[in-house]
Amino acid sequence: MKKKEIFDRRDFLKVAGIGGVVFASGLGFFPALGGIAKAAGRKSEDFYFLQLSDTHWGFDGPKVNPESKNTLKKAIESVNSLKFKPDFIVFTGDLTHTTDDEHIRRARMEEFREIIKGLNVQNIKLLPGEHDASLDQGAVFKDVFKSFLPGDTTYYTFIHKGVHFIALDNVSDAEGAVGDVQIAWLKKELAKIKKDAPLILLTHRPLFDLKIEWDWATKDGKQVVDLLLPYKDVTVFYGHIHQENHHKTGHIVHHSAKSLIFPLPPPSPGGSTQRKAPIQWDVAQPFRGLGFRSIQEEAEKVEEIKEWPVVKG
Amino acid sequence: MKRLDKHKTVLFLVMLFLVSLQLGKAKSEETERIISITAKKFEYNPSILELKLGEPVVIELKSLDRKHGFKVPALGLETVVKGGETTRVRIVPDKVGEFPFHCSVFCGSGHEDMVGKIVVKK
Repeated sequence: MKKKEIFDRRDFLKVAGIGGVVFASGLGFFPALGGIAKAAGRKSEDFYFLQLSDTHWGFDGPKVNPESKNTLKKAIESVNSLKFKPDFIVFTGDLTHTTDDEHIRRARMEEFREIIKGLNVQNIKLLPGEHDASLDQGAVFKDVFKSFLPGDTTYYTFIHKGVHFIALDNVSDAEGAVGDVQIAWLKKELAKIKKDAPLILLTHRPLFDLKIEWDWATKDGKQVVDLLLPYKDVTVFYGHIHQENHHKTGHIVHHSAKSLIFPLPPPSPGGSTQRKAPIQWDVAQPFRGLGFRSIQEEAEKVEEIKEWPVVKG
Repeated sequence: MKRLDKHKTVLFLVMLFLVSLQLGKAKSEETERIISITAKKFEYNPSILELKLGEPVVIELKSLDRKHGFKVPALGLETVVKGGETTRVRIVPDKVGEFPFHCSVFCGSGHEDMVGKIVVKK
């Protein structure tokens, strides 16, 4: 992929103006995958995928997002209007906003499933968030989205153009844990992967303690991170916190995506009693905080993470 | 034979010591201040707990509806209570300040609002 093409694409995304966008390349312009081809000793094969997160379909709060019934659809229009199609799209959880009524919860998931049929890329990976799965250990999610899941679990792996992806479920346990069963599964999966192979983890909650007071953590996330540490090239993409955040645990890089429903405040210093209240809609700046990001790395040199303003479609 | 008697005596004294420790602990917990909190979607009542530095307190948490959590990260406290049940957690505050707590079991739309704080004063 030539540099000019990348910039053309980025400029186009600026116009599209919505969603979390991640570029990936074996030529080293993306930090998560920097040097993939070299490390794996194979010919590079560029690709990019989109990460959308926390769409909370069914949320109703005019002060927070008066466009809640349109935001996901606008995002899909933006994705569909991209000049270059992504290889696949991943939704990192909280596809729907929860409710105690199982029938309504199911209906929201079914509506979401219908809406994303409008995407012109149908290679779609789904992860649950706590709003989708915590009230019933993922039962309805697995039923409604079974055609998107490779097996009968909400955690899975896939390989795309030589890159290993692992989707972890840290929400079906209402206490926000991955759990012993999944950790045992993860060990087996990791054993199949070379230590120098590029590895991308997809989760909903952060795997590190970003802010425990706000439930921005995974109860047994450290066990997962410890399992990943022997791997040289690991990047985690997650959602949950409704904003961009970049963090490193050792050499492992963690990137959170913005939400497509409302932004949350940045994590205040540990122990603060500040509330985690959604940031209210700004009439003067609609969709503020719901922007997209492009990430690129110039070959082995500069890592660039740039935020683009949201433009109301 | 004498050696065996000596071992028995030591064993007896150890058991006596352990029993007295347990009795002492139970006695002290009986005399400690108990703060009762109810938990239900999506609130604690009361949501602000005032404690004194160094004063042992037993927090008695009762859930009125479903499973909830009670987590105070800054004080290293965490417990979970099932619907209709009561659980106790003991705390001896060793620092002054305000320490937020929250429900650590996702309990529905509004879970994020299920918070409170412990205020420890001198």
